[in-house]
Amino acid sequence: MPVTLRLPTVLAKAAGGTTVHEARGATVGEIVADVAGRFPELGPRLRDAKGEPYPYVIFYLDDEDIRFQQGFQTPVPDGAEIVVVPAIAGG
Amino acid sequence: MSIGRPAPELPPLSQDEILRYSRHLIIPEVGVEGQRRLKAARVLMVGAGGLGSPIGLYLAAAGVGRLGIVEFDVVDETNLQRQVLHGTKDVGRKKVESARDRIRDLNPHVEVVAHEAWLTSENALDIIREYDLVVDGTDNFATRYLVNDACVLLGKPNVYGSIYRFEGQSTVFCTAEGPCYRCLYPEPPPPGLVPSCAEGGVLGILPGLVGLVQATETVKLIAGIGEPLVGRLLLVDALSMQFRTVKLRKNPSCPACGTREIRELIDYQQFCGIRDEEETDTVPAMTVAELDERRRGGAELDLVDVREPHEWDIGRIEGARLAPLSSFADALRTFDSARDVVLYCKSGARSAKAVRQLQQAGFRRVWNLQGGILRWSEEIDPTVPRY
Repeated sequence: MPVTLRLPTVLAKAAGGTTVHEARGATVGEIVADVAGRFPELGPRLRDAKGEPYPYVIFYLDDEDIRFQQGFQTPVPDGAEIVVVPAIAGG
Repeated sequence: MSIGRPAPELPPLSQDEILRYSRHLIIPEVGVEGQRRLKAARVLMVGAGGLGSPIGLYLAAAGVGRLGIVEFDVVDETNLQRQVLHGTKDVGRKKVESARDRIRDLNPHVEVVAHEAWLTSENALDIIREYDLVVDGTDNFATRYLVNDACVLLGKPNVYGSIYRFEGQSTVFCTAEGPCYRCLYPEPPPPGLVPSCAEGGVLGILPGLVGLVQATETVKLIAGIGEPLVGRLLLVDALSMQFRTVKLRKNPSCPACGTREIRELIDYQQFCGIRDEEETDTVPAMTVAELDERRRGGAELDLVDVREPHEWDIGRIEGARLAPLSSFADALRTFDSARDVVLYCKSGARSAKAVRQLQQAGFRRVWNLQGGILRWSEEIDPTVPRY
């Protein structure tokens, strides 16, 4: 069963205009790589040149922060949902 | 647990106040004590803009006794699409004055303290110290880190909200047991990566939604009712109209609230890598008057608009061609390096980046139009709409 990667609207433009993407992979990093592979512009918005997450773009796996698990190596259960939360500052 | 003084020390309510707040008083969870707590509360709003407008209006209506407002900005016509604290008659006035007048009209029992200043590392501790809690309605990363660190140092809850286009975030930081802003975002994005509302736009209603979440949390904290939004980040998506919460954890190695290695306020502009002025100052520039004169004199030049197509649709400088910065690299080969090239955007920051890209591609005769299309509209052609 695929995993859902949910992007904020601000990143939709880099992802073919869509915020919700189905992806396959065993870890959060593999899911990100799967979606980023389809949308080359999106990759650099989600992870740095070394393939690591940025400190201002947070990934939640089923509402839990992956930084308190195993980061991009966190295993992803079937049917899970990953939500990408970038820092925004508007007021 | 509520914030503020023990129950016997709370101020009494006058007859006028009892009548005004009757719909609160008859809710058992609020009651007379809750209303007296609101009256005793001292709340600092940082910003009287999009988020600050609903926050200020509703906290005043709810009977918060003292509302401090830190704001240095002036009401602009483009604010009125969402900043409902200010009216058309207030355009050009200081926001703190406009806010104070509106709040006084709404509820004369509220004491408004106007701090007509930007919050800085120099004044933040002195200002925030006088309040029970802070509601963060600022519009930039530097001030958000400043508010956070000051709240951690002073032990004041920070009711946080931020917005962009159709989405918002809200939570309560800096309670004794909860995480702080740096636990969530240890470092800010590089300048320019995340556009401000002025650059990227915002659905006017969105700050209403998110600001009222902040106001609700503020009232709950003061009255000591319900479950505060501590350790949970509320994500609001107006397009799908979905509200979801994700778990926030206190980071034991957070330099602010974990290890406590941040013992004083720092230079937050530097922390956020803000060097915008340098960016625009160091590229060759042309004033709108010079451009106008050269065009009137029949000079051959290419005028390039690097804004996005939806901005181009709002208005443009006649004779320009569109080459958005977001896909500028693809457009590079269509430019002629033998000709003079003048680039503009809304106010000059994005076109400065485009000038740099052209310079790196070997272009020598390239200029940034100072102040962008806004200044062109102000000084040369008022028929070009401002936005």
